[in-house]
Amino acid sequence: MRSYRFRKLEDRIMISLAYAALIIALIPLASILIETVGRGLSAMSFNLFFEEIPPLGQSGGGIGPAIQGTLIVVALASVMGIPIGVFSGIYLAESRQSRLASVARFLNDVLTNVPSIVLGIFGWALIVVAIGWSVIAGAIALAIMMIPIVTRTTEEAIKLVPSTIREAAIALGVPQWKTTLTVVLSSAKKGIATGILLAVARISGETAPLLLTILGSRFWFSGFAQPTAALPLAIFNFSQSPFRTVDLPRAWGASLILIFIVLAINIAVRYYTREKYG
Amino acid sequence: MSYKIETQNLSAWFGSKQVLQDITMKIKGNVVTAIIGPSGCGKTTLIRCLNRMHELTPRAKVTGKVLLDGEDIYGENVDPVTVRRRIGMVFQKPNPFPMMSIYDNVAAGLKLNGIVDKHRLDKIVEKSLKAAHLWDEVKLELGKSGASLSGGQQQRLCIARALAIEPEVILMDEPTSALDPTAAAKIEQLIRILAEDYTVVIVTHNMQQAARVSDFTAFLYLGKLVEYGSTKDIFENPKSELTEKYITGEFG
Repeated sequence: MRSYRFRKLEDRIMISLAYAALIIALIPLASILIETVGRGLSAMSFNLFFEEIPPLGQSGGGIGPAIQGTLIVVALASVMGIPIGVFSGIYLAESRQSRLASVARFLNDVLTNVPSIVLGIFGWALIVVAIGWSVIAGAIALAIMMIPIVTRTTEEAIKLVPSTIREAAIALGVPQWKTTLTVVLSSAKKGIATGILLAVARISGETAPLLLTILGSRFWFSGFAQPTAALPLAIFNFSQSPFRTVDLPRAWGASLILIFIVLAINIAVRYYTREKYG
Repeated sequence: MSYKIETQNLSAWFGSKQVLQDITMKIKGNVVTAIIGPSGCGKTTLIRCLNRMHELTPRAKVTGKVLLDGEDIYGENVDPVTVRRRIGMVFQKPNPFPMMSIYDNVAAGLKLNGIVDKHRLDKIVEKSLKAAHLWDEVKLELGKSGASLSGGQQQRLCIARALAIEPEVILMDEPTSALDPTAAAKIEQLIRILAEDYTVVIVTHNMQQAARVSDFTAFLYLGKLVEYGSTKDIFENPKSELTEKYITGEFG
């Protein structure tokens, strides 16, 4: 009987440890959210969203261009990165055996782990030197960041589609390419959407590649070949400001908006790809 | 009587492993032909050669001819996609498209081949579900997920899906092996009725099933066609000793 009580005690200790670990893991997460929401909300105002960015230390103004810039750069990067990533993923999943696929898969994994500042330098050397600091340069750098994430998750999602589903369509006289683009892709869409979401969320918060490509700006969008503002850059600049009382609240406000944008994308994609038949 | 399908020296490989050797057999139209044999004898490969599904497996190879109404489906200018529209297939495990409704499952083959006329689709869906003896059970819930049906209903849904593209031949790969006896009995009845309009080739490891549903039976062993004849002859009066041993359960 002693051994049974001992085992129960052991059991309880392990469960307590697991709970403790969970709580420790949640503390930073919760405190980030609470701090950001608390401090960010107090910085919220109508002007914050719709005014141009003032010089550091000057009161008034807002971060409108940064919100606009982030949305534009991320959207442009997605337009370039998502199709390339999804189609690469389809290729890797459909031709698992081929030599090219295994080389591409390896390179893709390497690309996933390239530090983002390196992609920034790449974007700078390739595009900024040619056409100057611009939205296009930033979007390309971010697209290059997205591609490996989207490719990998698309490949994994497609591999999870049972081969019986594919065979069912092929046996109905549906050509292979159509089978892949319809039946297979729609069975895998939840996984693919999750990958896209992950990639979009990741690039939305990137600062390093943008520093070297879009430069930052205080004014509204003025063309794809021009520098632009972005939320991560605004957060960076405001938090470096010596005029803390004026600029730090703006940094928190920008942080909250950035988190909100990522959350909104998240919810939208989840809603769109929800299981019709749960 | 003419033959619907004729195989001539059909051989098949997976990589370097030969799984079918020189199969030559003539399959009659509007009858049920059963292919029996122990596991791994090449039954499934044989019917997958009949609608050119075998070649989809990486490193698979086929030689010989398969004539459908006298025309070689492995001929140079034959598009396998067209072949598969004429020869439908029902698989071992019911495999309805999980993200589609019952209606869309049946209409899938047509929709994916570009038929969008709603009125025509409605008619074909109803006709196919009726032919698969599923209509009465699902007519009020066509919008529900195909995956929500029971196993036997799912298999009949797959049969309806195959019928919707109006094939001439229906291949069935152990269609009842994943089902309970009651559901299996319904499928067997259905197979008999389908033979009135279609040529049915069924692979089964269940000899009683072959005896119950088929008009002709082929016994395959180690990739070779050992014996082929009317089901009555095969079961009551087999010519080969091997067939007799298999039928009486001495091996397999």
